[in-house]
Amino acid sequence: MGHESSIPLFWRLIKPRYQLIGTKCTTCGNIFYPPKYLCPVCRKEGKLEDIKLKKTGKIITFSIVRSAPSGFEKEAPYPVAIIELDDGPKLTSQIVDWKEEDLKIGRRVEACFRRIYTDGKEGIINYGLKFRPI
Amino acid sequence: MKVAIIGIGSTNFGEHWDQNLRQLAIEAGSKAILDANIRGRDLDAIYLGNMSAGRFVGQEHVAAMISGELGLSIPAVRVEGACASGGLALRQGLFSILSGQHDIVLVGGAEKMTDLMTDGVTSSLMGAADQEWESYYGVTFPSLYAMIARRHMHEFGTTREQMAKVAVKNHHNGTLNPVAQFKKEITVEQVLNSTMVADPLTLFDCSPITDGAAALILCKAELAKKYVDDPVYIVGSGQASDTLALHDRKSLTTLDATVKAAQEAYKQTGLTPKDIDLAEVHDCFTIAEIVATEDLGFCKKGEGGKLLDENATAIGGRIPINTSGGLKAVGHPVGATGIKQAVEMVLQLRGKAGKRQVKDAKTGLIHNVGGSGATAVVHIFSR
Amino acid sequence: MIGIVGYGGYIPRFRIKVEEIAAVWGANANSFKKGLNIEEKSVPSMDEDTATISVEAALNALKMAGIDPKDIGAIYIGSESHPYAVKPTSTIVGEAIGCGMEYTSADTEFACKAGTAGIQMVMGLIQGGYIKFGLAIGSDTAQSKPGDALEYTAAAGGAAFIIGKDGIVAELEGTYSCSSDTPDFWRRDTVEYPSHGGRFTGIPAYFKHTISATKGLMEKLSLKNSDFDFIVFHMPNGKFPLNAAKMLGFDANKLTPGFVVKKIGNTYSGSSLLGLAATLDIAKPGQRILITSYGSGAGSDAFSIKVTDLIEEKRQNAKKVQDYIDNKEYVTYARYTRLRRGI
Repeated sequence: MGHESSIPLFWRLIKPRYQLIGTKCTTCGNIFYPPKYLCPVCRKEGKLEDIKLKKTGKIITFSIVRSAPSGFEKEAPYPVAIIELDDGPKLTSQIVDWKEEDLKIGRRVEACFRRIYTDGKEGIINYGLKFRPI
Repeated sequence: MKVAIIGIGSTNFGEHWDQNLRQLAIEAGSKAILDANIRGRDLDAIYLGNMSAGRFVGQEHVAAMISGELGLSIPAVRVEGACASGGLALRQGLFSILSGQHDIVLVGGAEKMTDLMTDGVTSSLMGAADQEWESYYGVTFPSLYAMIARRHMHEFGTTREQMAKVAVKNHHNGTLNPVAQFKKEITVEQVLNSTMVADPLTLFDCSPITDGAAALILCKAELAKKYVDDPVYIVGSGQASDTLALHDRKSLTTLDATVKAAQEAYKQTGLTPKDIDLAEVHDCFTIAEIVATEDLGFCKKGEGGKLLDENATAIGGRIPINTSGGLKAVGHPVGATGIKQAVEMVLQLRGKAGKRQVKDAKTGLIHNVGGSGATAVVHIFSR
Repeated sequence: MIGIVGYGGYIPRFRIKVEEIAAVWGANANSFKKGLNIEEKSVPSMDEDTATISVEAALNALKMAGIDPKDIGAIYIGSESHPYAVKPTSTIVGEAIGCGMEYTSADTEFACKAGTAGIQMVMGLIQGGYIKFGLAIGSDTAQSKPGDALEYTAAAGGAAFIIGKDGIVAELEGTYSCSSDTPDFWRRDTVEYPSHGGRFTGIPAYFKHTISATKGLMEKLSLKNSDFDFIVFHMPNGKFPLNAAKMLGFDANKLTPGFVVKKIGNTYSGSSLLGLAATLDIAKPGQRILITSYGSGAGSDAFSIKVTDLIEEKRQNAKKVQDYIDNKEYVTYARYTRLRRGI
């Protein structure tokens, strides 16, 4: 039994999710992904602009979800990982196209476009980036 | 600071098919009121810790609901900080007395989780994580803490056996606690061989889904002896926040919020970790207890696993941790946990913890965390 | 001169062998392998669909083309398995590859020739001076009724082509199409699996249109068999394209580089386009390729393509079709069922 996917909630984040677009603060030089709306380092002195990030990085920790949340039951078990992008920021996503030996701290990965969640037979399809070993 | 706890109350923790959120909260609240030798009308306010009644039972506005059930029209506030809701409610109640606004307050924590199926509970709990950047990708709490565990194993050589020992110890303590959800001994082998939930954490590495409620009556220190002979005092309180998403943290093996909250509480009281006789820490997963003992200063960073090998955190050890049985064995009705920890600490400092009693317990610490560490709140209690 | 500025393919990683499927139905694997001339087919992951495959193919094409995606003025995606019946795949892909908002787009359907139809549409917009670059994709995650003969071949994959006038790696010398109302293979709305006319799908359908379009193209451009170094036909199985080549008098070896069906099955709208991409991956400057797609219902689009000097350098920037063919993991029928039906 899945959850209802709110359309505006999903739509708002299409660009950063599909294209790996984060924000860079021109004041302190820090790069943020997921994108920030306020530079947490500079706060009022900060100036954020969009930055498209390289799609490659490495696994810094991982697990395999076996007891899935609503809507992800059909896909379990699936690996999840925190990935450090080559451009610096860390994000969380699933690992795909994997073999046992790929789930290792330090394994290099690249982003690929996949379905994240399908809201039943009638609702919209949520897409996003997952990561596969390279 | 010095604020008294003059009454405690708790339901049994477990799967209460025949009880709703109201009943659980009232049971705990009433017990605390009786224990404090006060009347309902002596209360000035209610602070209720509850994480997610909206998602679990479709009910918001829960503090007002409880005040209504008690037949009172006093100020009632629901406090939310994910799994730290109870600890945060305690701190708000504490502040209301320290500010001079209130003399006697009821501080409670309650959660009714079993009306949803497991996948629904798993999803609802993920409200405590980053909805847009963690939950969106199908991440679950066990997998978030599993990722912390894997990093801890990678950086410090912590083993699955050491994590399993946390569960074994806490289950043992649970056999001595009448309110615990699990009152059965388990072995390291059982933990290691039980169903994998999120590698490397198995079912027994994870705290369960539980219904339960706990409550305290706080009052101005000067008034305490008017009601009871054996008040216990809150002498320190610290709280800190950190990034919501685990991937934004500076370190994946330290909960900075715990470190900061503990430092604040120690500073206020002039105490150090060595002065603490026992602690209730947030063991939502076995690895969380190991990390907590490090972050609270009971051992060096990375050596939390060793404490288990040395049996240092058993009831008779040098620093007993989770004598109640922790979240692991007592259960983790999310919003109630922080208050349950306080109830255990009061029992211990009153000398009324029965078979769980730590000898000469004078000073204790309780530690409550929200989500994967975005909120942490620490209180220090003293006789 | 109008031509292909960049191209790219994508094939999902999982494969299922003919033997694996035959065993479940108590069928003779060898006779299917021989009869269809196919060994195994590609199977998409649960989280892959026509949109995700199209994005991967398009990103490869962009890498090769080296253009700013915002300069793409049109996107057409052809498929029989668009994720939505109403809501275009082309805008999902446009968003994912960073095209901004200033482009026209639509999804097309014409069975397995929906992708090549898109190429023609884009050619028209470019020749007409309306856009600078256009993206045409043919991509599918084909469904087949369990136990039906189509189960051995219905596969998943796609290829993307960026067309323009600058930096072309292969010139589109010309195109010729034929269409007719021939109900050889169809799927009614809301029905899960397609139906087909059995042997009717051969001579009156596939062969009639493939051959007519090919002959028509050669006549229009005054080209003969020997002018072509490579041939790509739509590959519903491993037999039809060989027979078509024979009927037209082509040397069967010319089909080899593009003959992807044997190892990945019939990728429907992606079939002839993946064959074209695989051929372009090895073609040398000056060589000429004939590609004729076929879509049931029915029609064929034929193109004559001449490789330029730019290809050898530019195609280093993207993954080759062979890389995707070689990167594989076999699945059992049980896992295949889980992947396809989510049970």
